[in-house]
Amino acid sequence: MKISNREISSETEKRQRISFGVTLLVVGLLIYLIFGLNTQANALATFGLNLSGSQALKVPDLVVPSLAGVYAMAILAVFAGAYQLARGVRATGWLIGIIAFTFVVAFLLWAVQDKSFSLTGMLSSTVVRATPIVLAALCGVISERSAVINIGIEGIMLMAAQTAVITATVSGNLYVGLFFAIVMGGLVAALHAYLVIRFKVDQTVSSVAINIFGAGATAFISSRFMQRAGDMLNNSGTFPIISIPVLSKIPVLGPVLFENNLIVYLTIVLVIAMHILLYYTPWGLRTRAVGEHPKAADTLGINVYLMRYVNVILGGMIAGLGGAYFTIGSVGRFDEAMTAGKGFIGLAAMIFGNWNPIGAYTSSLIFGFADSLQVKLQILRIPIPSEFLLMAPYIVTMIILTGVVGRAVPPAADGQPYEK
Amino acid sequence: MKNTDTPEKKETKKITFPQEWLVPVLAVVTGLIVGAIVILVSGENPFVAYGALFEGSFGNPLDYVEGFKSFFTTGDTQLLLRAIYPFTESLVTATPYIFAGLSVALGFRCGLFNIGAEGQFFVGALTSAYIGYSLTGLPTIIHLPLAILGGALGGAIWGMIPGYLKARFGAHEVVNTIMMNWIAFRLSDWLLNGPMKSSGFRPVTPNVEVTAELPRFFPEPLRFNLGFFLALLFAYLVYWFLFKTTLGFEIRSVGANPDAAKYAGMNIIRNFVLVMFLAGGLAGLAGSAQVLGVDHWVGQGFSAGYGFDAIAIALLGKSHPAGVVLSALLFGFLRSGATDMQSIARIPIDIISIIQGVVIVFIAAPDIIRWLYRIRVKKAEDTVLTRGWGK
Repeated sequence: MKISNREISSETEKRQRISFGVTLLVVGLLIYLIFGLNTQANALATFGLNLSGSQALKVPDLVVPSLAGVYAMAILAVFAGAYQLARGVRATGWLIGIIAFTFVVAFLLWAVQDKSFSLTGMLSSTVVRATPIVLAALCGVISERSAVINIGIEGIMLMAAQTAVITATVSGNLYVGLFFAIVMGGLVAALHAYLVIRFKVDQTVSSVAINIFGAGATAFISSRFMQRAGDMLNNSGTFPIISIPVLSKIPVLGPVLFENNLIVYLTIVLVIAMHILLYYTPWGLRTRAVGEHPKAADTLGINVYLMRYVNVILGGMIAGLGGAYFTIGSVGRFDEAMTAGKGFIGLAAMIFGNWNPIGAYTSSLIFGFADSLQVKLQILRIPIPSEFLLMAPYIVTMIILTGVVGRAVPPAADGQPYEK
Repeated sequence: MKNTDTPEKKETKKITFPQEWLVPVLAVVTGLIVGAIVILVSGENPFVAYGALFEGSFGNPLDYVEGFKSFFTTGDTQLLLRAIYPFTESLVTATPYIFAGLSVALGFRCGLFNIGAEGQFFVGALTSAYIGYSLTGLPTIIHLPLAILGGALGGAIWGMIPGYLKARFGAHEVVNTIMMNWIAFRLSDWLLNGPMKSSGFRPVTPNVEVTAELPRFFPEPLRFNLGFFLALLFAYLVYWFLFKTTLGFEIRSVGANPDAAKYAGMNIIRNFVLVMFLAGGLAGLAGSAQVLGVDHWVGQGFSAGYGFDAIAIALLGKSHPAGVVLSALLFGFLRSGATDMQSIARIPIDIISIIQGVVIVFIAAPDIIRWLYRIRVKKAEDTVLTRGWGK
């Protein structure tokens, strides 16, 4: 969906300018109507910046007068909207950012009035909750960059999660669990790759079969073996929190980024490594060539099939790591359907992140934020049923997929089998 | 993506039936063999397990003999009813499968992959239940159709949203229908614990009024009801719609080749929205039939598994209404029998999902079947089922 024609693009730009401007004005108005009118005049919102049990240096909490804060957000949105209508800003990312920021901050100020809310705690859980999502997204990125769609990430993660907890419990060693989870992910992805490359099975159908099989197989093993054996098979413990010296002492940032477990660190390293691999190595160039124009790549002597096999399997291994997060990385036991759609949310993060690793991580953080906000808000007991808050990540996914936020362009050959 | 054939051309082609059937049948057989291996590995006897499966789905032949004997000698139906109980239960299980399978099949025909049948099913069931218990004092002739229609409409709206997003923004329907599923589950959690909760302790809806129930043909505990025949009727309607109407032709053309259809002046957006509306409606009817015909109330997890089962059914039935009915019956019998297998042979019912996954792979990759059984089947053209992201 690239727009090459200048006239069309100026037309679209004008429409976009007006729609964004109006949206911002409406957001400003909504903030005033929903939150401004329902906030008490003298209420104070306390945002905790310290996390109990953390090594970070203590800092005073952030105390904000709710009403003034809400008004400030409304004014900011209206001002940005007016500026947008008058002048027009090209950076849609910023505009989306302002819409989200003003609304979320106003919402928090309203929800937290006369209460206290651990901001650092929420940011920290954002990073943790984004972890399986970004791993799913990275699996998608690496597969689809070489033009193989993999919607079976959910099933791969479920199977890996179960493998991890069983092997870790039986061996008594979490690293063994981690290893087998990654192997499991690679194996299932290899099956997918074999089906779609060798037999040219429709890629979505093959992925869905993996999802069905994964859900069925894990439920089967769970009810046939794990429930009876109990702790013998399903109690692995979790990776401990590792505090990175010095860095974890930084207030706010320390507990959020540098007091996490192994899988979270591995994820951050993977994001950076994938970015370097994709854009600065011959392997990355070949991968992208295979995804954009396999015929040309083939002509240049790149083995299209091999590249696809390798990438899909690597992706599966990353998804396997994501599966391991669910069990040995967070709760230490397996429950049926515990991935709860995270594999699919990861795909949305991949699309929103424009098929690149850093983008995928950023958008995963947004999902992680929505997810952890919903959990923290339940504690605050605001007058919105928790079920509606639980819908937030799914609704955000759907909004992102509409491409209103800026249309992402998939690799040109994505989803097409290659025939010599 | 090379499928440029118009649907017309496909129909005029002579189909040799045994060959068309060979791959699906062998796929199911292979799936069952894989299932047997899984049972064996998990330490049970597959013959005992499948024996229990058969008895659970068709009933015990000896019971039939006894039943007929006592019916013809004394006119007592008690034993006969007991004998046919497993069989009718299988038909009861197959009923929502037919509807849901039709829903997915209709989507496939238009090149849309409706994974959201589960959510649409749930919303349909909730709507039907609400109309069923909240309206009182209506005669059956008004109340029942109203409840059914409500269920269809609820599912249709739930399906139309991803259809619209796909048509308007190119948002992939696979992800969106799944998101709609999760939204439906959360919504139902809220409804069943709040506005729609019955007076009792559990998070379930009240029972629907008798006037909204689908009539049953046999006395308790047999639950065989009008829903089954309604499902068959809808299978015929979908067949008629797809193959005998202009709109159906358009839908199949869009599914076969959207670019060609567009150049022929067909409105892709309208077709996408319409198909997802109808597909959602069919899935909603599945929920409707289940709540009005079988359970009479809705609880949490009411729709669990129907969405994925429906995909397997549509694929196995080659997205043809007749094929859907047959494969829905197959899975109905498997699921229904698996309940007995679970209690007798202690094999978790999830074995059916494993078999389904395997069957789907084989259906989608007939080459594997050909290779496995060393058979030569003339390559039937495989319809393009899905497309990439937002194309």
